[in-house]
Amino acid sequence: MQTFFIVAILALGFLITFQIAKASEYVAVLRGEEKSRKQANKVNAFMLLAFLIIGLIGVYYCNEQLKGKILGEPASDHGVLIDRMLYITIALTGIVFVVTQVALFWFSYKYQESDNRKAFFYPHNNKLELIWTVIPAITLTVLVGFGLFYWFKITGEAPKDAMHVEVVGKQFGWEFRYPGKDGILGKKYFKNIDPANNNPVGQIWEDPANHDDIFMEQEMHLVVNKPVKLIIGAKDVIHDVGLAHFRMKMDAVPGTPTTMWFTPKYTTKQMAEKTGKANFTYEISCDQMCGQGHWSMRGVIVVETQEEFDAWIAGKKPQYLVANPDKDPSVAKPDSVKAVAAVIK
Amino acid sequence: MSEAISVHPGAGHAVHHDGHGHHHQSFVSKYIFSQDHKTIAKQFLITGIIWAIIGGLFSVLFRLQLGYPEQSFPILETFFGNWAKGGQIQPEFYYALITMHGTVLVFFVLTAGLSGTFANFLIPLQVGARDMASPFLNMLSYWFFFLASVIMLASLFISTGPASGGWTIYPPLSALGQASSGSIRGMDFWLISMAMFIVSSLLGGINYITTILNMRTKGMSMTRLPLTIWALFFTAVLGVLSFPVLLSGAILLLFDRNLGTSFFLSDIVVNGEILPNEGGSAILFQHLFWFLGHPEVYIILLPAMGMVSEILSVNSRKPIFGYMAMLGSLFAITILAFLVWAHHMFVTGLNPFLGSIFVLLTLLIAVPSAIKVFNWLTTLWRGNIRFTPATLFAIGFVSLFISGGLTGIFLGNSTIDIHLHDTMFVVAHFHIVMGVASMFGMFAGIYHWFPKMFGRYLNNTLGYIHFWVTMIGAYLIFWPMHYQGLAGIPRRYLDKRGWVSFNDFPELDKMITIVSIIVFAVQLMFVFNFFYSIFKGRKVRNKNPWGANTLEWTTPLRPGHGNWDGEIPEVHRWAYDYGKDGREFIPQTEEIGENESKH
Repeated sequence: MQTFFIVAILALGFLITFQIAKASEYVAVLRGEEKSRKQANKVNAFMLLAFLIIGLIGVYYCNEQLKGKILGEPASDHGVLIDRMLYITIALTGIVFVVTQVALFWFSYKYQESDNRKAFFYPHNNKLELIWTVIPAITLTVLVGFGLFYWFKITGEAPKDAMHVEVVGKQFGWEFRYPGKDGILGKKYFKNIDPANNNPVGQIWEDPANHDDIFMEQEMHLVVNKPVKLIIGAKDVIHDVGLAHFRMKMDAVPGTPTTMWFTPKYTTKQMAEKTGKANFTYEISCDQMCGQGHWSMRGVIVVETQEEFDAWIAGKKPQYLVANPDKDPSVAKPDSVKAVAAVIK
Repeated sequence: MSEAISVHPGAGHAVHHDGHGHHHQSFVSKYIFSQDHKTIAKQFLITGIIWAIIGGLFSVLFRLQLGYPEQSFPILETFFGNWAKGGQIQPEFYYALITMHGTVLVFFVLTAGLSGTFANFLIPLQVGARDMASPFLNMLSYWFFFLASVIMLASLFISTGPASGGWTIYPPLSALGQASSGSIRGMDFWLISMAMFIVSSLLGGINYITTILNMRTKGMSMTRLPLTIWALFFTAVLGVLSFPVLLSGAILLLFDRNLGTSFFLSDIVVNGEILPNEGGSAILFQHLFWFLGHPEVYIILLPAMGMVSEILSVNSRKPIFGYMAMLGSLFAITILAFLVWAHHMFVTGLNPFLGSIFVLLTLLIAVPSAIKVFNWLTTLWRGNIRFTPATLFAIGFVSLFISGGLTGIFLGNSTIDIHLHDTMFVVAHFHIVMGVASMFGMFAGIYHWFPKMFGRYLNNTLGYIHFWVTMIGAYLIFWPMHYQGLAGIPRRYLDKRGWVSFNDFPELDKMITIVSIIVFAVQLMFVFNFFYSIFKGRKVRNKNPWGANTLEWTTPLRPGHGNWDGEIPEVHRWAYDYGKDGREFIPQTEEIGENESKH
């Protein structure tokens, strides 16, 4: 019923507008087309000026309303650089935006058709054109200069003491692998992938570096103020590790590993205090269209102190031992289990 | 009125069979399989309008989901059945909608509908030719487009749904039916349709280039061409050089999908199934795609720029400022358009050094773009401006081009792009600068040349309402969307309620949805105005209603096939002598007077 009413109202509005528009043509004929054309011209010129003024106020109002909702302080060292570059660009383009929009709408208003004015024949002026070639060129050189300076810092080699974590995207979730005590991620091969037998990333068990690698899903832990290098891959289609709070992002491509590194500046708890949100969470979003669950492909990062991290990882069992329980020294041998059970009986 | 029955364009402009109605054309050869460039232009335009309605409707549907993710709309289930089970747009349906919205608007509306219409209509009329260099290829160009349209439309009705991997169709998602239901069969339809589309665009492009180079009337030197023609010329060059690359990518993808090759596939385990493919590169496809994809942006934008230049000049009764600079900047944009594609790929793991070169080349485009903006502003300065609906849309174009162009400086700088890549900021940016701006150019063109196309005017009042609602609406929709992007909200998220970080804008999403429905309704009003005015609009009684200099306004009120009744007029000057020596305008056909001042 509601839908019916909406459609009816729309149709009615349509009809009325059309009738008015049609009538205005007849009125124009009666009053003299030239006269009504000139009147319409005045109205539109005024509207353009009004649009400029209300528009600029709107831009300011929009910023006041929404600036508190954008992410706030960047949570990584690289994020600080990226935000700085962002503000430099906002400042420069903001000036250009205001100047050119004001000129556009003001000229339109000021030079609206008038019987008293003849248009000024002004086909070109090389000096002027040179000026507005050179000024944008200089401005852009500045932007490129800053941009690339930061770009190479951000994409440069990760520090030697960086922690390594492997991130794997799949439809529709995230998997992580920590290298364990040896600091080396063991080799893997996609045809070994076999989640049913506890080998979700396709580790090659013959590689000893794999024996202490720790695997987990959906939640990644990082240490505050310690650089981390992510080694990124994907199982099925292209995903993207989007870390909005750290301002970092990198595609996860099947068959082509990618990397990125950054240093978290604040623990999750500190960020909760800073933002005033008790439920603050560092989230991993998938930023590359990956299928029907793309919008819900969420992971979580917990940033904590070194002590907290050590305590957390100490409780994790290497995937090698999960997949091969017979190699696990901490699990009692089946025979002795039987023996113990017999004794108890 | 004389009805030319056949034209021998190759024989030059003087030859013109004047069949004074002895041979009556049948309905089919006049309106359907027509070889008259003006009829073909109208065919492109009307097909484009139909696609625009479909594509626009798709955006309204997915905006409903974005604005009201919690609400159920039973009417959607009535229309779409299982795709909107319980009145909720299902994820597969949502992704099919955005994919088709992008495909349709980018290719079918803003490429075929825009270039197809105005290149066909304006090139022969403005260079002074009786028709295209090859009217037959021109007709084929439309019918390949029609075929592409039919295939794409058919794909909407297959049971597993149309392509739904985004309009950029990145493999492996687009290659694997196991990964996305739209990739089961819909993707084949998409690729075949695009192949047809590319053939259409190549046939058209070759024709446009040849016509402009070879068939100009006497006196029409290249530097006397109106800027519309120059823009359409560069557009055609871009299309002819870049579309084949997409075609090759599409064919390789078809092989990967159906013949078991591994061009783009490697190391894949999908839905628990281990695929045999090794050694392919998913990123290779992105290079092939964006080698077209970026020039495509300019294929969409340049015709709008050309028409805006012409319309601003005519209606401010002043010459376009800096004709040669406008030409040079068009040329620079064309060259640079080929050299910036990888700026879409800064976060794919591209070598950072390579990325830095693409940053430099990308931001370089801002220089010719800035020149164009300043020249448009100076064209308005001290003019005597008549605000026809076409003028308003042209001014709107400049405003949007400034806004969207400036946000391009954010995204082209790789450092900022790390944060903004694939967020709503990108959506806002390209909709303003490419989508809405080009649409404004197209509207400006339609309002301006409608009298020449159909011998009648569009209703002015509806035109003004159309402009103001669309202009205000475009900014209301897309300006605040930048903030969602700055907050890191990724594109193509159909429901953000499950996220802690991205759930701060429900009110804004509702506002955007409401505005987009209003804007869409006003576009329907424009469509109504368009079709109504073809038959019932105010008749044009003046051959040159806007007082313009270019040649199309020297043709009869309703030109037949062959355009001019007698000889094709000779050209003596450039197209922009407005307000010169105290005269309001001096048509191109007028000889240079003895005492005329030089410029």
